[in-house]
Amino acid sequence: MPYPTGYGFFLESLVNITLNGELKTVHDNITVLGLLEFLHIQHQRVAVELNESIVKKDNYGSTAIKNGDILEIVSFMGGGTT
Amino acid sequence: MIDDKLVIAGIEFKSRLWVGTGKYKDFAETKKAIEVSGTDVVTVSVRRVNIIDKSKENLLDYIDPKKYKILPNTAGCYTAKDAIRTAMLAAEAGITKLVKLEVIGDDKTLFPDNEATLEAAKVLVKEGLIVLPYMSDDPIMAKKLVDIGCPAVMPLAAPIGSGLGIRNPYNIRIIMETVKVPIIVDAGVGTASDVAFAMELGCDAVLLNTAIAGAKDPIAMAEAMKYGVLGGRLAYKAGRIPKKLYATASSPIEGMIGN
Repeated sequence: MPYPTGYGFFLESLVNITLNGELKTVHDNITVLGLLEFLHIQHQRVAVELNESIVKKDNYGSTAIKNGDILEIVSFMGGGTT
Repeated sequence: MIDDKLVIAGIEFKSRLWVGTGKYKDFAETKKAIEVSGTDVVTVSVRRVNIIDKSKENLLDYIDPKKYKILPNTAGCYTAKDAIRTAMLAAEAGITKLVKLEVIGDDKTLFPDNEATLEAAKVLVKEGLIVLPYMSDDPIMAKKLVDIGCPAVMPLAAPIGSGLGIRNPYNIRIIMETVKVPIIVDAGVGTASDVAFAMELGCDAVLLNTAIAGAKDPIAMAEAMKYGVLGGRLAYKAGRIPKKLYATASSPIEGMIGN
């Protein structure tokens, strides 16, 4: 993990999540909105699932991300039929 | 062609040619082909955002949702659960309540799993989505899907990407007689005559992707498809002559010299 060791308060403030199938480290209690902003993702065109439940856009700012959470952020891509 | 608009669940569609956005060389070619085809409906897949390479362009930067009706699909889903998740995410993205529901049963034929499609459709209709299901060319399946609230059905012409055209026009006709909702032929058409044939049968629209994107000249094929749909629809409305075994002369007999 790329965070500094030896600083207890740092370790406590970071959590591991699975984001779009990849393990990531983020700040504890970061909200969905905060994460989208951190990732520079325009939230108008995406949808977010937290532990297999959809997070409504209105709740992005109030939904905090916890250790072990599984997040999916999806958008529209090219495609026809399968 | 005035007053020949297609309406599904109160939504008015200007074009009877619907197109996919996959398999193009780049977004610029996708955009050009869609423009030339004259369509107002484009189907898109729902996929994970690339969180590593944020420089990647977004399809919706090229396809303006104000100009085109976006029809998200559940392409690639093999279970009702995955299709439901994908469709609900698509709806939450906030552009549309339309969804082209696909639950695939087998990766060799890409034929739909009709049973799982019906199961997913029931849930999604209850959630308030406008569910357009991809299905086999099976009239009984069409009836079941309409009975649970699908406002249109999308029977396949032939396996996805096969380019074989309508394999069973008789089943398509029976579907049209069985259900009183729009029939959109989805998948398997290869060229303009295939879409013209679908429209002449009386289908309400055709959705295709590979037939345009995979053509040697996708832009030219997009234009050909536009006229294929228009020609076929006009012929259907005009009412074709019956097929007969023997000739019927088209010139009058009276006034022939030597009589």
